[in-house]
Amino acid sequence: MDDELAISVRGLRKAYGDNLAVAGVDLDVHRGEVFALLGPNGAGKTTTVEILEGYRRRDAGEVRVLGADPAHPDSGWRSRVGIVLQGTGEFDELTVAEVVRHFAGFYPDADDPEKVIERVGLGAKARARTHTLSGGQKRRLDVALGIVGRPELLFLDEPTTGFDPEARREFWDLIRDLSAAGTTIVLTTHYLDEAEALADRVGVIAAGRVVEVAPPNRLGNRQEALATVSWRTPEGTPELAETATPTALVAELAARFGGEVPGLTVTRPTLEDVYLRMIGH
Amino acid sequence: MTTTTKPAAPVAAARGRRPGGGALALRQGRLEITQFLRSRESVVFTMGFPVIMILIFAAIFSDEIAPGVSYTQYFITGMIATGLMTVSFQNLGIWIPIERDRGVLKRYRGTPMPKWVWFAGKVLMVVAIGIAETALLLAVSVALFDLTLPDTAARWLTFGWVAVLGVTACTLCGIAISSLARTARSGSAVVTPVALVLQFISGVFFVFTSLPSWMQQVAALFPLKWMCQGLRSVFLPDSFGAQEPGGSFELGRVALVLGLWCVIGLVLCLTTFRWTTKRDG
Repeated sequence: MDDELAISVRGLRKAYGDNLAVAGVDLDVHRGEVFALLGPNGAGKTTTVEILEGYRRRDAGEVRVLGADPAHPDSGWRSRVGIVLQGTGEFDELTVAEVVRHFAGFYPDADDPEKVIERVGLGAKARARTHTLSGGQKRRLDVALGIVGRPELLFLDEPTTGFDPEARREFWDLIRDLSAAGTTIVLTTHYLDEAEALADRVGVIAAGRVVEVAPPNRLGNRQEALATVSWRTPEGTPELAETATPTALVAELAARFGGEVPGLTVTRPTLEDVYLRMIGH
Repeated sequence: MTTTTKPAAPVAAARGRRPGGGALALRQGRLEITQFLRSRESVVFTMGFPVIMILIFAAIFSDEIAPGVSYTQYFITGMIATGLMTVSFQNLGIWIPIERDRGVLKRYRGTPMPKWVWFAGKVLMVVAIGIAETALLLAVSVALFDLTLPDTAARWLTFGWVAVLGVTACTLCGIAISSLARTARSGSAVVTPVALVLQFISGVFFVFTSLPSWMQQVAALFPLKWMCQGLRSVFLPDSFGAQEPGGSFELGRVALVLGLWCVIGLVLCLTTFRWTTKRDG
């Protein structure tokens, strides 16, 4: 097994009854990398991640996470893996500080709970009962519990759902911090901008298979894709051309119009365009 | 964002040590007790209900059921047994499904906490609340209703082992029955009727021997009847033993049935306990 790999998956399969949720996934995540798993609901994202986290048993395939088989998690392995699940575990009657401190006690090399609370932006809420927190604040508490054990590998399942834009930016900074400190991060997300902003590589998963793995700016050959140039004719009719050489076309249009080209735009497929095509829309 | 590898996280080299198993269990117990005491409904329901029942029933019925034994004394011993069942069987059977549904259990499973620590936390909570509850009932009964505390070491000893065996059986059955509830709310719908029916047929509200014999036989299959009978041997005069269905307090049989229920409960726990909800896999 390659020591450079935090996660290595070959031929992973998992069925629920007749429904094949994961139909042969191959995946490598390097140590220190931020890897985003992108896919529509029901594509097999959560099932895949929960197998990697040691929550679910697989039907077939080879899986190594931090050098061990997650189907048999021991406490040494658990203390190196941080998990932020989707909407779990409320401790209504306890305060933020009490919950974080309690979970810190499970780990051999836990971070300072107060520092972690500050870091996720809950400093002002440390003494508040958790049931008084807003949805976004509860999510921050989830993240605090995921990182308090100073994991080598951190799983985040749709971490910014329910965040306002400012909170989202702060969260992205936190992830960049963790990554800069060497933490390997695997996140699933619905938000393409999030994948684009954070991920070194993106894996697109659809119908239980990994369709493509690439850096976000190269997904679906985005860089090489034809550019679309659009403008208006002097009569006001919109015109549109797909070209591999948009600069030449714009120069030609500029010469033709003798200066400004009315309504000129040059675009390439967005990550969203590429993604929607990949998952079959 | 084109590089795919960054410096790897420092591998577990100079890790500290987390508290040992015993300390973790104590911490977990303290957390459970804190959660219980801060949840007003559980405190009122668990601690208050038996006291209120004693006040009501003692005010309604005041006749003697045997020479030197008032109905109130008979009823109080039944309520002490009921109190022990409430803090263990009902408390766990109602709360565990809620925690499972909220994902609290799933979150614990994602940490390095050994599984048994969670169960130990619940047991410590049950024991602490059970002692407080019993002390409260005894104080109220001695102060207001002329209950006499056991006057020999042998009676205290009987009190001790009946309570321990009874609480153990009810705790295990409460954990086991928690797996029957499929949602957070159905826990109390599953547990409350069982507990209530047992109270009616086991000689808590009515003198056991006045019940139809088929009802007595059904009740004899379950722990509560035997807990009540064991506690009557502690608090009522020895002469009352002749009024019991078997012509004596049958302490040997009390121990046997409660012990059997401990075994049944343990087997059910080990075979049916779930950390996640069904829809969660």
